[in-house]
Amino acid sequence: MNDNHKQLFLEEAQELLSELENQLLELEQAPDDKELIGSVFRAMHTIKGSGAMFGFDDIAAFTHEVENVYDKVRDGQIPVTKELINLTLRARDRIKLMLDGPPEGEAGEGLTESEIIAGLKGLTQGGDAPTPDKKPIGKGDPGIVISRDKVTYRIRFIPSPDIFLTGTNPLLLLNELSLLGECIARAQLDKIPSLADIDPEKCYTYWDIILTTDRGIDAVKDVFIFVEDGCVLTIDTIDTGSPEDRSPGYKKLGEILVERGDIGKEDLGKVLTEKKYLGEMLVEKGVTTPDKVESALIEQEHVKKVREKSRANEESTASIRVPAEKLDSLVNLVGELVTVQARLTQTASVLHDNELAAIAEEVERLTGELRDNTLNIRMLPIGTTFGRFKRLVRDLSNDLDKRIELITEGAETELDKTVIDRLNDPLVHIIRNSIDHGIELPSVREAQGKPGTGTIRLSASYSGASVLVTVTDDGAGLDAEAIRQKALEKGLVSPTAELTKKELFSLIFAPGFSTAKTVTNVSGRGVGMDVVRKTIDMLRGAVEVESERGSGTSVTLKLPLTLAIIDGLLVKVGGNFFVLPLSTVEECIELIHETDELRNGNCLVNVRGQLVPYIRLRETFGMEGGLPRIEQIIITEAGRGRIGFVVDDVIGEHQTVIKSLGKVYRDIDGISGATILGDGTVALILDTNRLSTAA
Amino acid sequence: MGKTIMTVDDSASIRQMVGFTLKGAGYDVVEAVDGRDALSKANNSSVHMVITDLNMPNLDGIGLIGELRKKPAYKFIPIVMLTTESQDAKKQEGKAAGATGWIVKPFKAEQLLAVVRKVLG
Repeated sequence: MNDNHKQLFLEEAQELLSELENQLLELEQAPDDKELIGSVFRAMHTIKGSGAMFGFDDIAAFTHEVENVYDKVRDGQIPVTKELINLTLRARDRIKLMLDGPPEGEAGEGLTESEIIAGLKGLTQGGDAPTPDKKPIGKGDPGIVISRDKVTYRIRFIPSPDIFLTGTNPLLLLNELSLLGECIARAQLDKIPSLADIDPEKCYTYWDIILTTDRGIDAVKDVFIFVEDGCVLTIDTIDTGSPEDRSPGYKKLGEILVERGDIGKEDLGKVLTEKKYLGEMLVEKGVTTPDKVESALIEQEHVKKVREKSRANEESTASIRVPAEKLDSLVNLVGELVTVQARLTQTASVLHDNELAAIAEEVERLTGELRDNTLNIRMLPIGTTFGRFKRLVRDLSNDLDKRIELITEGAETELDKTVIDRLNDPLVHIIRNSIDHGIELPSVREAQGKPGTGTIRLSASYSGASVLVTVTDDGAGLDAEAIRQKALEKGLVSPTAELTKKELFSLIFAPGFSTAKTVTNVSGRGVGMDVVRKTIDMLRGAVEVESERGSGTSVTLKLPLTLAIIDGLLVKVGGNFFVLPLSTVEECIELIHETDELRNGNCLVNVRGQLVPYIRLRETFGMEGGLPRIEQIIITEAGRGRIGFVVDDVIGEHQTVIKSLGKVYRDIDGISGATILGDGTVALILDTNRLSTAA
Repeated sequence: MGKTIMTVDDSASIRQMVGFTLKGAGYDVVEAVDGRDALSKANNSSVHMVITDLNMPNLDGIGLIGELRKKPAYKFIPIVMLTTESQDAKKQEGKAAGATGWIVKPFKAEQLLAVVRKVLG
């Protein structure tokens, strides 16, 4: 209510009060003046009604009492006495005080509200003051509807014949009902008299309504609140939506008609002995009208439909849509739990308490299951992404006049939702490359004895804790020599470097690297493959390229199943803990100090005849302290070939709950996150790809 | 919409509040200060609905409803009365005189509009 209205009320009330004062004084002189009594009553009434509307509840409540007394005075139950006038004048002063707001002094002079009310009550001599029955309209406030089952009602609404004379349009009531839920109304016309007898101002029609709503019976009754006195209204619940009411069938026609009171049981029994459609027979026998039968049939149909629907709903609740954030927070919580569980296990082993250790083991098992289940919820089949590529392949091959078939395999392979979301871009780039550079034109293919239609195979499969996504084409394959030339041009390799095919192919992921002679709108700008590498690195995955000149290329993406919790290898360097993703670790070998020195620090180690470069984490992170005599080299396979990391000590496998680093540390090279160990120590998670690039 | 509603109340504040609410909902509003005023205004304008207070000087709500129902143009239009909770008997009296429905004071703007929509469509 805005202040403008309030202000107007205040002015109006002041006016009324001063009028009231005069009227009361006049009334004292002429106690039998009905007109004056009426004015006093009206003034009180208006102050009460308006007061309540504009939020002056105390005034309304107080005035209500005074008004009640004058109601009785008006009816001649109480005489106008000097005492009454006195009290009313006091009451008037009191209301004025309440309107003006709290006075400076204490509530002070004059009687208090309760004293005045008590005085007035004394005058009515226990005359039963009507108790205010608070029944504001619209009690079924739609704002606070508790969700309820969908209930089906059968409503028969026979309006009073004079309903039009009160300005009521029964069709509006039916409209209102239909707003409550699914509603079928059927007009019953059998009470309409012959034309000669019709009074056009009377309503002869009545309605059978079947309504399914979740708003409750009060809402239904509220629709008829203005007409319920004059009309005949029967509301029966015919389907409660509860499990007992889920049976697919519904009552037989005869039962419905008997229940509605349209036919008697005996009539039904008599007719049922004959073999025909029941409805027809009932009408033939004259027990009921076709309309009544029709209406009952409508009910039957409607309830059947409602029940079918509620069953269908039940089936669909077998899977629930949940916002992704809820799952994320669940995963976070599980992560915390895994951390706490690690602490518990460690504490148990430190305390050498067998009982505690048993509990810790149990918790460990449960946590493990909970973790697996939780992560599983986030898993989606990769096939959802595969679908999009069919269109991509079709459109692009049309543009380039190539004939290409896309075959997908392993669409049911499940991956973490986040991984799948981020996988889209890399796959688009790889497939575009295959279409543009890989698959040749049909004429070229046929000349080489290959089928004119090229094939791109998109497949996904599990491999341990990873998923392999492979894009294979049967196109021209990579030109190793062209790549080497380009790499030399760009200064990416030295002219003398001996590179394996694998190493050469991995060069195509370098930024700005493209061997395409011309830039097409499909690919060749040299952005693309480096995007693939970056994204896959971010996902802690790996990319591998295999290619045979003339027979095709295959790009394999190795992706972790999930991003939230990984299996890691916990290692120690100079008193600090680090975690390497176990998926990249190939083996651990010892590095004996003395033999290391013999190599003059060229940082290469011979692993079964192959030289593998290694990085000393101690040096990379600038750590002080004495070297242990025997160090460990962890050989990892990080996309760009094998590389070793030298650490002081290998502690073992560790379930790593990945925590992202804060804003300040987020961009540190070589660290991709952190995890909390059982004793609360923080271990940094190494990004082996970045570390090996930096070296 | 373009429907016209006549509000009859001797309290200016109620008239203002009702008129403000109805205008806000897109109705045209004719205001009258009591039953007699309402009757004279009813003859001069076409009104689709009447909202009237019951206790008014000169001609009260019940009387107004009875008079209006005698006019052919007002025979079938919705007439809603404003009552207070203590006037259950009045409610019946009003219904007998031909009122379509009632709104119990105090009411909120939404309640008023809900009733208007209910009877006016």
